[in-house]
Amino acid sequence: MTLQSRTSRNAFWPGFRLAVYGMMFGIVFSSSAVLSQEATAEVDNASTMLAPMLAPAAPGNVTVEDAPNDAGHAVIVTFSQSQAPADGQALVLGYEIYRSLARSGPWKKVGAVPSDVDVTASLIYKDAGGSDKSSDDYLPTETDLFYRVRAVTADSTLYSDSEVSAPAQAVGQWWNSGRNPVFFFVLFFTLLTLYFLRVAKQRGDSLYIRPLAGIDAVDEAIGRATEMGKPILYVLGLGTASDIATIASFTILGRVARKVAEYQTDVIVPCYDPIVFTIAQETVRTGYMDAGRPDAYRDDQVYFVTQAQFAYVAAVNGTILRDRPATNIYLGKFYAESLILAETGAIAGSIQIAGTDEIAQLPFFVVACDYTLIGEELYAASAYLGREPLLLGALKAQDYAKAVIVVLAILGVIMSGLGYEGFAKAFEAVG
Amino acid sequence: MSNNSNKGFFDRVMLLDRRWVFLVLAVVVVSTYYIPMNVPVPASREVQTIFDAIEGLEEGQKILLAIDYDPNALAELHPMTYVIMEQCFRKKVGVIITSLSQNGPGMAEQAILDIVDSTALPKTYNGVSYPGREIVNGVDYAFLGYRAYFELVITGMGQNFRTFFSRDYYDVLLDSLPIMKDVQNYDDIEMVIDISGSNVVDAWIKYAAARYDVKLALGLTGVMTADYYPYLGSGRVFGLMGGLLGAAEYERLADNPGLAMDGMKVQVWAHLTIIAFIIIANIGYFGSHKKRGL
Amino acid sequence: MKRQIPLALVFIFGWLMLALYFIPLEGAQKVNENMLDWTSIIGIFALALGIWSLITVNLDRIKHKKRDWQYSFITLFGLFGMIIFGLKFGGENSMFQGQESYMFRHFFNDILIPIYSTMFSLLAFFIASAAYRAFRARSALASILLIGAIIVMIRFFPFVAEYTRPVADWILNVPNLAAKRAIWMGVGLGIVATGLKVILGIERAYMGRD
Repeated sequence: MTLQSRTSRNAFWPGFRLAVYGMMFGIVFSSSAVLSQEATAEVDNASTMLAPMLAPAAPGNVTVEDAPNDAGHAVIVTFSQSQAPADGQALVLGYEIYRSLARSGPWKKVGAVPSDVDVTASLIYKDAGGSDKSSDDYLPTETDLFYRVRAVTADSTLYSDSEVSAPAQAVGQWWNSGRNPVFFFVLFFTLLTLYFLRVAKQRGDSLYIRPLAGIDAVDEAIGRATEMGKPILYVLGLGTASDIATIASFTILGRVARKVAEYQTDVIVPCYDPIVFTIAQETVRTGYMDAGRPDAYRDDQVYFVTQAQFAYVAAVNGTILRDRPATNIYLGKFYAESLILAETGAIAGSIQIAGTDEIAQLPFFVVACDYTLIGEELYAASAYLGREPLLLGALKAQDYAKAVIVVLAILGVIMSGLGYEGFAKAFEAVG
Repeated sequence: MSNNSNKGFFDRVMLLDRRWVFLVLAVVVVSTYYIPMNVPVPASREVQTIFDAIEGLEEGQKILLAIDYDPNALAELHPMTYVIMEQCFRKKVGVIITSLSQNGPGMAEQAILDIVDSTALPKTYNGVSYPGREIVNGVDYAFLGYRAYFELVITGMGQNFRTFFSRDYYDVLLDSLPIMKDVQNYDDIEMVIDISGSNVVDAWIKYAAARYDVKLALGLTGVMTADYYPYLGSGRVFGLMGGLLGAAEYERLADNPGLAMDGMKVQVWAHLTIIAFIIIANIGYFGSHKKRGL
Repeated sequence: MKRQIPLALVFIFGWLMLALYFIPLEGAQKVNENMLDWTSIIGIFALALGIWSLITVNLDRIKHKKRDWQYSFITLFGLFGMIIFGLKFGGENSMFQGQESYMFRHFFNDILIPIYSTMFSLLAFFIASAAYRAFRARSALASILLIGAIIVMIRFFPFVAEYTRPVADWILNVPNLAAKRAIWMGVGLGIVATGLKVILGIERAYMGRD
């Protein structure tokens, strides 16, 4: 019964289903396989005494081909099932797959597939071996492999083997064609960006960009901090230096640091990730240098705290409640700590500007902060702040790509509605 | 007079000190813990599949329970660990426990100690009576402990558990544990249940499920859950428990109401309290605006 | 020159990593894994810098008796204490039993776990106070949000669950998910765009100002 329900649930991905079945079957039949090799001599005696049954028909048409889009070490075995049991033949429960490096053996059992109710259906088994020569399941590439399929029954002594397959090799591919949709999109987007970079170069900074209240507020907030004589707290979040949100945040930090240095106020940057910390230090120092006040920079402005999430929050909250910064800026990756930080900031009465691409955390920032940059607005901030033609050009490309995606999404809905599933499938990346 | 005091009242409501909110909520959370209440949590399909899979195991089969969360996710994830571990111990299914999150071993140990105690008592679940029995380390379960670089460890276990865990958490050789005798790698266990509050789960999906075709189910914190539904759709994971609700659904299925059911109960009352506060705030908002003729 | 070399490295490795994504060949994947290993290695070196910063900043606070300098003692004690208690040497009878040691366990179970849980449970209180402040029916849209939030919150309440749960599920799975996907799409494009800008060297603020 449990098997039944699992089938329907995973019906849209037969490969996985087969693998799961294969595993379960492997376990169920692993003992029988051992027995069967030793006990063939007793077949007649044992089986005739209990129930006069005959071995099932053999499975056939075993074909083997290289598994596509991989590094090698895997092949796909296809075979047709045994014919429905004739009188006296035992019912086939499943099929065991055997592999050998030579036509004559020795054979190694590599997996099992349960039989299908519809015996006319061909079954598929993906033999994905290891790439490590010393490991048990090593499957060599560019070497002839032979396969044999065994139909097994509830009685471990009753089984029948297929013919040995024609040799086949597992080969590594130079190109993952399953990822073609991704490739074409990247290509399209790169060309689009390059085109708009050219346009931007010609037209200068006349490209229009929608105002972002959150970014406008940054300058205002720095002014406020200066008036109040209080520091600005800049939190880069829990992201690593490879997170785009963190990279975008560095841009804004650089800008904030320069302004802060010009206005002779203070910025505090507690960091969570050590690499982010070193970059943040460099960014702030450069900001002070650009403002012509390198001497005003102190090493304890940018510091590393810890890589434990809530210990970090405790440290930042402590800073907020003790130093009462005029402005708290949270830009980057945030998780469960978002509201704890933002609400503490609200208690301390700071002006708060937040921005993240972690969608689950956006509501918390929206309710507890004065300004929130939503998702891509954070990435756009660097273009907005710098007003460099090149960055604006890249932003334009993004807008056009978005328009294309919207059109494709609408087309996809219409096509699916009309029953053309192939349209959506064409955009699916596999593997 | 009334006008004046009314205006003051609404404004006071608007500017209510948040500490009152905290106090009321604290009282509600603590007191409702003791109020018996049956929260209706019908089990969703993705939780039912996990329960069915474990329920379908035979005595002596083994699963790997990955406890990959830190104390901060305890409220949501501990109940999942508890209920699944007890189900396995009752059914005499072997449990191999790993913990690839820095502060995870403490969580795992706490769960093991509690469930060993609980399994010592006779209990009835879903109409089946189980006698109390002693759970023996190394026989009924093995706790392998923590190793750094979870991605490497998860990949390594696909070759052999001993690659990274030559000894278990208690420094005993893996080869000397009866439960590990016939266990080399993922092929020798029935499934992996990863209960995770961090990105360790991505490595389980990427390396264990995708590379080694491991049968994988997830227990995640509430906020993470939505991001992992696509894997359920693609079949890469066969079950998914999300947050306290997922844990409560599992407890309902296992007929073993515990931490999560208690949590749901408290959560329902806490939500009602928050709703009450929102309504009060809105009364204050409209009251003060009306008085000002806005 | 100081700027050109890093930019060139970003350009080369950026395109290389992108190309490796499309090449499943064994050798290519080895290169890929190798480079990812390097990021971990660099991370460990950076961690040393980070810990050094933590120590110097706190020592400095203590030395100059800056405001609240007492807290720095606790930080340093926590840092070194857990390292020392977590050490393992000297056989069975030694007090250094690694994670098994009495002190390590007590610090973990009786201090760290309660503190973490406390920090996390602050969320419950902050959600309440933030909701109190923010959920006001200021406009038609805000009112819709308010009603939606209330329905989602009472979806498990025994007497009304039957009616509210289907509505709440619809709110979560249809309008909510649609909005999320829209943001995801923007984020996805933004990530590709920023990645491209970084590789092309247009975006270089992460190396300090240009």
